[in-house]
Amino acid sequence: MARRFAPLLTLIAWALVWEVVAQSVEISVLPPLSSVLVGVTEVVQLKSFRLALLETGRAFGIGMALSVVVGVPLGVLMGVFRPADRLLNVWANVFISAPLTAVVPALMPLLGIGQTTVIATVFLFAVWVIVLDAREGVRKVNPSLIDMARTHHASRLAIFTKILVPGALPEVLTGIRLAVVRGVKGVIIGQIVIALVGFGALFDLYLQTFSMERFWALVIIIFVLAFLLVEGVGLIERRVAFYAKSR
Amino acid sequence: MSLPDTTVPAREVAVKVDGVGMVYPTGTEALRDIAVEFPRGALVSLLGPSGCGKTTLLKIIAGLIEPTRGQVIINGTTVHGPSPASAFVFQDFALMPWATVLRNVAFGLELRGVRKREREAIARKYIAEVGLAGAENRYPHEMSGGMRQRAGLARALAVDADVLLMDEPFSAIDEQMRRKLQEDLLSLLRVEKKTVIFVTHSIEEAVYLSDRIVILSPNPGEVSQVVDTSLAHEGDPETIRRDPRYVALVDEIWSGLKRYLD
Repeated sequence: MARRFAPLLTLIAWALVWEVVAQSVEISVLPPLSSVLVGVTEVVQLKSFRLALLETGRAFGIGMALSVVVGVPLGVLMGVFRPADRLLNVWANVFISAPLTAVVPALMPLLGIGQTTVIATVFLFAVWVIVLDAREGVRKVNPSLIDMARTHHASRLAIFTKILVPGALPEVLTGIRLAVVRGVKGVIIGQIVIALVGFGALFDLYLQTFSMERFWALVIIIFVLAFLLVEGVGLIERRVAFYAKSR
Repeated sequence: MSLPDTTVPAREVAVKVDGVGMVYPTGTEALRDIAVEFPRGALVSLLGPSGCGKTTLLKIIAGLIEPTRGQVIINGTTVHGPSPASAFVFQDFALMPWATVLRNVAFGLELRGVRKREREAIARKYIAEVGLAGAENRYPHEMSGGMRQRAGLARALAVDADVLLMDEPFSAIDEQMRRKLQEDLLSLLRVEKKTVIFVTHSIEEAVYLSDRIVILSPNPGEVSQVVDTSLAHEGDPETIRRDPRYVALVDEIWSGLKRYLD
């Protein structure tokens, strides 16, 4: 029992530290947690918040969907086809570790100041980890499963859809979970760099007008949303983990 | 070495390996001038130490590997790529870990485009025949090695091929279960009339199961001896294992193979 509630207890402990410190030093950039929580209840009722949430969700959703649709086949291709791996592996590894935030301003003149740039940012942040994990997953597929499919006259497409993709699924889902983390960063960074759309516009507004309660309220909301998203993918991931070991 | 085919001349040839040679692109010669005939309805073992190319030969017969020389003829047709006349049983079972026994056994039929209801009916029949009834909805990781290989065998039977190609099917299974599986295989083959090509490195297994044993020598893989035996179908397993002819044959093959082990 105690172990299950341990994370909750540490959370409460840190919340208390925040409250006490903020109450006693009274610095305006860090309001007490209690007033930030009041801020949360206010912010979620704002029309501007709901619009921003919708806009952000859309950019994130489209960017992630693109990352999966492009990343999984690309990674599988790299896993089975040597020349594709030689051509792309270096780049995937460069981009996965590159500070892509620096590239976002360069996207604006190409894609305009708006949703398209944000979607592209999500894609650039998220796709590489999916590519590399799908590649890794395919390489772990037992070669005799491919031989088995071949002895039953499987087409290349059937080997791809019925053996390689399900075989790589544990790694693919790990890749998607990590991509969600990166995609959330991408969507927020994209919006903040542009400063005119979604949560980026709200952050900008709250900082300009110095409403720090609302600023921190928005930070907390985004943290919670990101955490729930990642946990959601983690749940699906654990459902297929049983066969990751027995391949 | 030529094939002294004298004891079973009347039998029709199901599989003919004709002058097969295999040299890998790296220059390694795996097989040299292999010529073997496999009589219909017989169980023939390919026996030899590791490195004699017996699994390579089986994969060539299965159409998974194209030989650099010679050809394989199954039921009168030259093999180019996997043939519907043969089905493969894998050493590591090759079961999809994300699929149930039922889907795994029906998978060969699924790839051939057989409708779901029909292929599952066929799969259930063979699942029962190999002694796995009741395990249809279990996953491979929930089963022992012996049960997994029964599923692998059921999948090979379900596609109704004439020729079963078995690649050291029982070598990853513990000793007691292996004996049980060997006995069950023999009784199964009395019902399902199949031509079986059985790769093994176990002399006892080859002598116990086979109608004929093809002994391969390594570096490169060549046929060193062909031994006909008809012990397999006489009486119960304990009698066979105590039969002086069984013991003598095991000894004879062992003394022949010993020199390759240095």
